[in-house]
Amino acid sequence: MSAAVEFLFGPFADFAFMRRALVASIALALGSAPIGVVLMLRRMSLFGEAMSHAILPGAAIGFLVAGFSLPAISIGGVIAGLVVAIAAGAATRATDQREDASFAAFYLIALALGVTLISTRGSAVDVMHILFGSVLAVNEDALLLMGGVASISLLVFAAIYRPLLADGFDPDFLRSVQGSGLLYHFIFLGLVVVNLVAAFQALGSLMAVGLMMLPAAAVRHWTQSLVAAVGLAILIAAFSGYCGLLLSFHADLPSGPAIVLFAGGAYLVSLVLGKYGLILHWQRRRHLEA
Amino acid sequence: MTLQAIRAGGIRLDDVTVAYHRHPAVHHVSGSFEPGSLTAIVGPNGAGKSTLLKAIVGQLPTADGAIERGALKPRDIAYLPQQASLDRAYPISVLELVLLGHWQRVGAFGGIGQRGIRAAREALEAVGLSGFEDRPLGSLSVGQAQRALFARVLVQDAPVILLDEPFNALDARTVSDLLALLRRWHGEKRTVIAVLHDFELVRQHFPDVLYLARRLIAWGRVEQVLTPENQLAARRMAESWDEHAPVCQTGHAA
Repeated sequence: MSAAVEFLFGPFADFAFMRRALVASIALALGSAPIGVVLMLRRMSLFGEAMSHAILPGAAIGFLVAGFSLPAISIGGVIAGLVVAIAAGAATRATDQREDASFAAFYLIALALGVTLISTRGSAVDVMHILFGSVLAVNEDALLLMGGVASISLLVFAAIYRPLLADGFDPDFLRSVQGSGLLYHFIFLGLVVVNLVAAFQALGSLMAVGLMMLPAAAVRHWTQSLVAAVGLAILIAAFSGYCGLLLSFHADLPSGPAIVLFAGGAYLVSLVLGKYGLILHWQRRRHLEA
Repeated sequence: MTLQAIRAGGIRLDDVTVAYHRHPAVHHVSGSFEPGSLTAIVGPNGAGKSTLLKAIVGQLPTADGAIERGALKPRDIAYLPQQASLDRAYPISVLELVLLGHWQRVGAFGGIGQRGIRAAREALEAVGLSGFEDRPLGSLSVGQAQRALFARVLVQDAPVILLDEPFNALDARTVSDLLALLRRWHGEKRTVIAVLHDFELVRQHFPDVLYLARRLIAWGRVEQVLTPENQLAARRMAESWDEHAPVCQTGHAA
């Protein structure tokens, strides 16, 4: 029994960096998971994915200028994310091109630019850290940043919850009683970028969106209630963080991908075993009376 | 609904023209909706009926003329558009949809409270959807969804109600239940304006009719407006824009 406790809690009891990484993962879960649920509802899942790559050149420039300085990387990332979002939006309005094509074009340019920039100055190790993150290297400043982002993100999310959802499922009604829902859409985009930048350092550019989208995709197989979906997504994301860190500690694997793998595993389990999942879907059960 | 709002529920159209890219969809229409009236707007497709409703609500600007709304504020007008842009895949319950009707009173952030929730439940009962409160939107049929939207209009509790083709694709029973609601609103002295296609329904239930075919064909009591002569006149309205139309000279000051 004591061996199991040692296995499950030992790394966190013994090592401060593991504790910080765990708290960072929980903070990321609290901030990103609700955003991910709404991203899915607004049919913007791929947008979240692409945005996480779009912030790379900004973060790369920050890194090149100031090394692994958190403020530099974060500010660079936020600026890059906003620039790509605005540029794609402007290109869509100015030309005949549809929004997803414009956005795909810009984020690919941004991603290629970012990787090139990093490889000019950084070493291979640096590239690995930028692309895959180093949640184990989260220091107290980084923790403050992630905790702060998570708190503010949750508060803002709670504040714009009603108009954001109304704009999502009945934009005409919102327009008739309130005017355009564009303001809330942009605030929401800001929340997406900020959460991605916060996740960037822990999970890296390639997987920053993992804790945002995978729990959100998983919960749709369990519940039809929005509030339950948000709560469950946070739990899945936090638990994936815990399991991923544990696995990476005991098996000496990179922690970012390990965390995202557990989140992915949760998705697959939900897909197959969920209340609205495959097994119950395939099972031929007798129909009800009315 | 205050007494003042009831008295204020009249809307006057003063030589109104509403245009898309300079082509008039509503052309020099004048007249007034008396407070507490129950009016049907009829006319061929493309006659500008939805356009007129949108202009009254304020979603479209007038190219010419003015819409006098008196003391009516934006939150005094409830508008149900033709194809509600409802995304039924959202995990929203019927009760939450109906609760949105309180928006014009509480805004994006105000609390709704027990009274508001009770009002929503009563509205659902009035449209025949009690027991549906917790059902997700996606599980409703077209008729049930339309009833839920009517319940939301009920919750809005507005002195002026605009409905754009509210009975499209609904079965007879649903239509008759919803017509009872219109009669109730009429009894409460609310101004109700509905765009409709079914002349028989209009003849039986609507005391006033506005016959529109871009220009005004007739506006008044149903027996005087829904005549064969007027129907013939409406049929002569051109269906498409005239690409080579000159600038309109009618009634404009030199």
